Amino acid sequence: MNAHIEAAETDRAPGSHHSNRDRLKSYTVGFGLAVLLTAASFAASSSSFVWGPSIPVLLAVLAIAQMGVHLVFFLHISTAPDSTNNILSLAFGIFVVGLVIFGSIIIMSNLNHNMMPMDQLMDMHTQR
Amino acid sequence: MNTVVDVASDEMPTGVPISERGPAPARVVAGFGFWLFLLSDIIIFSALFAAYAVLCNATNGGPTAVELFDKRHVLFETSCLLASSFTCGMMMIAMERREAALTYFWAIVTAALGVVFLCLEFSEFAHMVQQGAGPSRSAFLSSFFTLVGTHGAHVTVGIAWLLIMMLQVGKLGFRPMVVRRMLCFSLFWHALDIVWIGVFTVVYLGAHA
Amino acid sequence: MFGRLTWDAIPLNEPIPLATVCVLIVGIAGILSLVTWKGWWPYLWREWITSTDHKRIGVMYVILALVMLLRGFSDAIMMRAQLALAAGHAAGYLPPEHYNQIFSAHGTIMIFFVGMTFVVGLMNFVLPLQLGVRDVAFPVLNSVSFWLTAAGVLLVNVSLGVGEFARTGWLAYPPLSEIAYSPGVGVDYYLWSLQISGLGTLLSGINLTTTILKLRAPGMGYGRMPVFCWTALASNLLIVAAFPILTATFAMLLLDRYLGFHFFTNDGGGNPMMYINLIWGWGHPEVYILILPAFGVFSEVIATFSGKPLFGYRSMVMATMAICVLSFMVWLHHFFTMGAGANVNAFFGIATMIISVPTGVKVFNWLFTMYGGSIRFTAPVHWAIGFIVTFVIGGMTGVLMAIPPADFVLHNSLFLIAHFHNVIIGGVIFGAMAGYTYWFPKAFGFRLHEGLGKAVFWCWFVGFYLAFMPLYALGLMGATRRMQHYADPTWQPLMEVALGGAVIILIGILLTVAQLVVSIRTRERRRDLTGDPWNGRTLEWSVSSPPPAWNFALLPIVGGPDAFWNAKRHPAAPADPRLVSLAVPKHSALGFFVAFFTVILGFSLIWHIWWLAIVGLLGAIAVSLRHAWQTELEDYVSVATIAEHERAHQSQVARA
Repeated sequence: MNAHIEAAETDRAPGSHHSNRDRLKSYTVGFGLAVLLTAASFAASSSSFVWGPSIPVLLAVLAIAQMGVHLVFFLHISTAPDSTNNILSLAFGIFVVGLVIFGSIIIMSNLNHNMMPMDQLMDMHTQR
Repeated sequence: MNTVVDVASDEMPTGVPISERGPAPARVVAGFGFWLFLLSDIIIFSALFAAYAVLCNATNGGPTAVELFDKRHVLFETSCLLASSFTCGMMMIAMERREAALTYFWAIVTAALGVVFLCLEFSEFAHMVQQGAGPSRSAFLSSFFTLVGTHGAHVTVGIAWLLIMMLQVGKLGFRPMVVRRMLCFSLFWHALDIVWIGVFTVVYLGAHA
Repeated sequence: MFGRLTWDAIPLNEPIPLATVCVLIVGIAGILSLVTWKGWWPYLWREWITSTDHKRIGVMYVILALVMLLRGFSDAIMMRAQLALAAGHAAGYLPPEHYNQIFSAHGTIMIFFVGMTFVVGLMNFVLPLQLGVRDVAFPVLNSVSFWLTAAGVLLVNVSLGVGEFARTGWLAYPPLSEIAYSPGVGVDYYLWSLQISGLGTLLSGINLTTTILKLRAPGMGYGRMPVFCWTALASNLLIVAAFPILTATFAMLLLDRYLGFHFFTNDGGGNPMMYINLIWGWGHPEVYILILPAFGVFSEVIATFSGKPLFGYRSMVMATMAICVLSFMVWLHHFFTMGAGANVNAFFGIATMIISVPTGVKVFNWLFTMYGGSIRFTAPVHWAIGFIVTFVIGGMTGVLMAIPPADFVLHNSLFLIAHFHNVIIGGVIFGAMAGYTYWFPKAFGFRLHEGLGKAVFWCWFVGFYLAFMPLYALGLMGATRRMQHYADPTWQPLMEVALGGAVIILIGILLTVAQLVVSIRTRERRRDLTGDPWNGRTLEWSVSSPPPAWNFALLPIVGGPDAFWNAKRHPAAPADPRLVSLAVPKHSALGFFVAFFTVILGFSLIWHIWWLAIVGLLGAIAVSLRHAWQTELEDYVSVATIAEHERAHQSQVARA
């Protein structure tokens, strides 16, 4: 038995079993997709060929897609069994991020509306 | 960070699930630990994003997002950072092939792109402060400077880390400890670009939407 | 040159802090002199201060927790005494500005430096042993985490003698905690101390999560891990996910205080309610971080002393992971009254009631484990049964307050105080004491005195009920929290009973100290020679007490849950009994020096001594960079040493 294992041949970080050519393809494709998605985001927000009120939704979708591109093509997240811990922790992280951001937005908007100072409430009424 | 195993994982019969193969190799352990650290970092950013989302309209009679942000500037910043993610990937491939010169080359390019990003960001901040739109002007500006500034601080730390790693590659070679740290650096660098996607979408493009 | 630090910072005109500080200085000087005179420094430095061994670090965390329990409890008994006296026109003996610091320090110390350090210490000590591996994933980082926590403890305690502490309560709500209303150093001591120790806790959470998920003995799949490891996993996942929220929120408050930002200020567009929202986004998971390891301790203790496997392993695991996820979905119940409205309150009220269900599942599983078992009523089992009764009561009052209309009456009353002390004392403290007693022989090679252990339990148990049941009544009668005196003299008898309860708990704490002294002096009578004093079920009992630095000469190959129990029933020869030379992590001074410079950084930021802050920051970075260049991180233990240890252990086991 070996005293301790440090050997690279048994080291398996997620995604590390790909060859270098696969890696090159992964980075290049990922970069290309990311460029497209970035350009689309900037274009969507400045132009008028997307219906105004839907722009935030489109931007969100493009952002999430690009984050996914980064995760898959740059961070090599896969469905291989050695990635399971990474994916589960990522899912937990995303869950918490969602709660923190959207939970805060919902709660704070309710609080701000209900706890608005009297003078501002009066202003709102007179503005109608 | 060195894990000790005295049952070689390649001596286990195949078909044994990973969860029963005993302690994982050092590279997997380090990579996963750093992955968790990145998740915790992203949660810090989520609290800052939440603060921005709640406070972005609290302009205190001062300048608003629409008045302050220049999309072309941001596009340039975004391009630098995205390109640096690509060059970081190239650096990792060079490292896998143990080609030191090529590793240094891609590292320098990555660091340079990071520096350009930081210069652009610094100039934007300086310009805003000069206009009287500094972080103490309003809650909106406080949350803007903190969110974007924290990202910039991470990029700064990342560049410093990369330069130290190049020194380590030079002095210590591609030993397992150095390779693990490079792996962690690349995870960090890509994660920063993921956070930036959120920043440019929510803060800059979101202002104009 | 010294920022805003002047001689006025020393509380010469406040007798109580002054006396305390003098006693502390004399005491600490005495201990340091004793150590120097006996020549123990080289041993302490090499074997404890710079240790990267999870067992040593775990013990140091627990020692820190017990010492801070003394400090936190002194605050408690001072408050109880004040309230027993200050009825009607009486003013008591503690002026309000002082009383406010005491309740703030009490909460801060008890949660962060007693609760967290105790459970992290137990998890540190036990996890690698239960998982059948040699150390945690990142041993040097483990040492850094401990010392960063100790740095936070030091800063909080320095505030007693140099300056003041926060007067804002343990969560420092703005706008009171903003610079406009708390211009002194108190809130800064609070913030920097917790940012520093919070970093240590976060790193520890990453370390232990990685250990549980990536470092287990061969054959130990997830379904074969002890339940303590599952609860530790859930707790550490919560640390990794929740502590960043604390860090970010405190950072925002620090930016407001130091650089004039407007996150939570009254002016400039700031929103103080956002702080409360974010801080409880951390705060609720925090209480689950504290209680889950305690649940794990009870699972181990009840199964071992019932002589039966834990009932319902799968449902225990699912309940634990359900609690982990649900704990992030209830945080608004801490501020129902802040005005989010009925719909939002209803969602969180229902979620809060739902989260009590998995805990109920656990309680039933513990009861079913005991049912039909041959129970040995050792001190840990006393704690376990006391916990089941007490925690269930506390949980029920929690579910009561989960109903928003009820909470509108009870929020921030003494009823709330009684509820959370009910669950924290009945849950976390009882669990910590059970774990302390249960694993003490593993750590030190001899058991604690059993009779005194039971006496400690009864003092805590009786004392708790006397101290806090009156508070439920007082809360319903309208008494609020954090009050330094009250107008209604009919409340005084209840306050006096509460003081009596606190005194009984004090006796319990003193008996804990006595138990330790007596146990050490008479340790030969209670030696744990075999490593398995309780006829245990899990792997930590398969090694000697105390275990060698390398834990296991050969990593056990695990075939099912309760691995050690099965090995005792069906002993199998090891697959390959050849011993090999083993690597153990070298000891490292990194943790100590990072903490040293961080204390300098924190102290100078508090007092606005900017040049010294830079020194602290650069020092911490320099020490870390130096460590980055270390290439020899392991020592090797020879086969002869390992073989000799194994021989001695096996002969003791055979003799038993």
